[in-house]
Amino acid sequence: MNPIYARRRRWDIVIRGLCIAAAAFGVTWLALILVTLLYNGISGLNLELFTADTPPPGSTDGGLRNAIVGSIIMTVIGVGIGAPLGLFAGTYLAEYGRNDKLTSVIRFINDILLSAPSIIIGLFIYGAVVVPMRGFSALAGALALAVIVIPVVVRTTEDMLLLVPNPLREAASALGLPRSLVIKRIAYRAARSGLITGVLLATARVAGETAPLLFTALSNQFFSLGLDKTMANLPVTINNFVQSPYAYWKQLAWSGALLITLTVLALNIGARILGAERTAK
Amino acid sequence: MAVQSDVIDDAGPYDRAKALSAFKLGDVTFYWITRLSAISVLLILGGIIISLIVGAFPAIKEYGLSFLWTQRWAPSADPPVLGALGPMYGTLVTSFIAMLIAIPVGLGIAIFLTELCPQWLRRPIGMAVELLAGIPSIIYGMWGFFVLGPFLANTFQPFMISIFDGVPVLGAIFAGPPSYLSLFNAALILAIMVLPFITSISVDVFKTVPPVLKEAAYGVGCTTWEVVRSVVIPYTRVGIIGGVMLALGRALGETMAVTFIIGNSFRISSSIFAPGTTISAAIASEFAESDGLHQSGLILLGLLLFVLTFFVLAAARLMLMRLETKAGK
Repeated sequence: MNPIYARRRRWDIVIRGLCIAAAAFGVTWLALILVTLLYNGISGLNLELFTADTPPPGSTDGGLRNAIVGSIIMTVIGVGIGAPLGLFAGTYLAEYGRNDKLTSVIRFINDILLSAPSIIIGLFIYGAVVVPMRGFSALAGALALAVIVIPVVVRTTEDMLLLVPNPLREAASALGLPRSLVIKRIAYRAARSGLITGVLLATARVAGETAPLLFTALSNQFFSLGLDKTMANLPVTINNFVQSPYAYWKQLAWSGALLITLTVLALNIGARILGAERTAK
Repeated sequence: MAVQSDVIDDAGPYDRAKALSAFKLGDVTFYWITRLSAISVLLILGGIIISLIVGAFPAIKEYGLSFLWTQRWAPSADPPVLGALGPMYGTLVTSFIAMLIAIPVGLGIAIFLTELCPQWLRRPIGMAVELLAGIPSIIYGMWGFFVLGPFLANTFQPFMISIFDGVPVLGAIFAGPPSYLSLFNAALILAIMVLPFITSISVDVFKTVPPVLKEAAYGVGCTTWEVVRSVVIPYTRVGIIGGVMLALGRALGETMAVTFIIGNSFRISSSIFAPGTTISAAIASEFAESDGLHQSGLILLGLLLFVLTFFVLAAARLMLMRLETKAGK
């Protein structure tokens, strides 16, 4: 074999090896993180975790009931506010303003909000909600989550509606269906699994979000349902417990972390399966 | 048919007009609901900017531009002395190191997924990498705190010191007592967190390369690496840079993972194994207990971070948009 060709082959093999190593590296991290979480968290997964409230310092019994309930409440309200807004906004971008100047501006701003640091959202809600309301509240936390949900849903809604073939809309219009019903009855229905995927992804995104809750919902040690007061929530509780000196609190933090991760991964995988079904059709 | 004409007779012109006007009302309502929702996206951005400026105003008035190059951070002094140099340094250094690690690895995975990987393995590996992006950042923080930190402090750092001890510059970069909390630990976690962004965007843009180009290169005898280096990467350069900038925007603003493991020290140290802080970590760990000028200073830090990430993300989007129009042609 001629030496130049041999050298090129050698380089090729080296780079291929490095690429395989890189892929192995990425997969290894995921595996390492999951294994650590399972190893540390699984022993704390019992019924008490879901039925007892967070324990006072030094105590060795208690669970995460208040934090789990608080997280679910805030996530549901956040998605409940953010998802419809995002859905409508995405609808405008894809259906009404497809060739609008305004649309390209909104799309650009939305893409920036999509990746904006979540702690900035927390600062925004602190200034816009917590200060005027004179106090931390679960409502502020939920609004912060809603602000994070909106750009995710806008993006997926627009993408999914743009995939709906135009002849479908034209056929419906030709039958005399008004524009809003063309969108609601035809476009939404054709893009349904994609729209649900977007909402699921947004839920997964906010379920583990910690930074914007730190100084909006704060967190506390009690079980409460009032939206006007601070509310315990899983991410901030984990954050506080990890840095504590108590072994039992750390154990609870690991179990909570496992819980969040499994929830988020389940939502992500569910969303992907839904999305895959769509593209396979 | 008789039955049908009866129905039409019964309906009459009045009902038809009513139905049409109901449709029209529904149409207009729906149009405005969606339009206002779309505009609310702009309002959110405006709200963020205004609330940050209003909140930061006392600190801007007190410190002015000197905020940018003061290193001292003494919120409990009277009057408080606040400077952004420490957090800014930490933010930039951790993001820089993170990108240094994540760019080659992320591109490597993308090349593997598009050029080398057998078809059946493509989906599982792609999915695993994307799931990395889904894991909440607090989990990365815990992991860095309990697992990666001890490993770096007990094994990796002594090893680096033994290699580079006495070497100018490099010796100083790796010097210092072992600590679980360090800039390097934070940077490594950041690298893992932004990896999926670089990989998934690179895979997407690699797919836009026309197969004809690659086939031609293979046809004249190029190896896989030569095809990637001379055809795929030059063709997709703008997209790759866009993806990298997007990842950089994420790294700059990442909060919880970094807060756990960076040590929250405002002092600037030449060693990357020393504790430090970033803008987001400083806000996360101090904001809830702050008030007055201290709080305003933290909001000003937030404003700096927002401006920084805004420009990085805007540049990223512009590049990716340029590529989209090119692919659309």
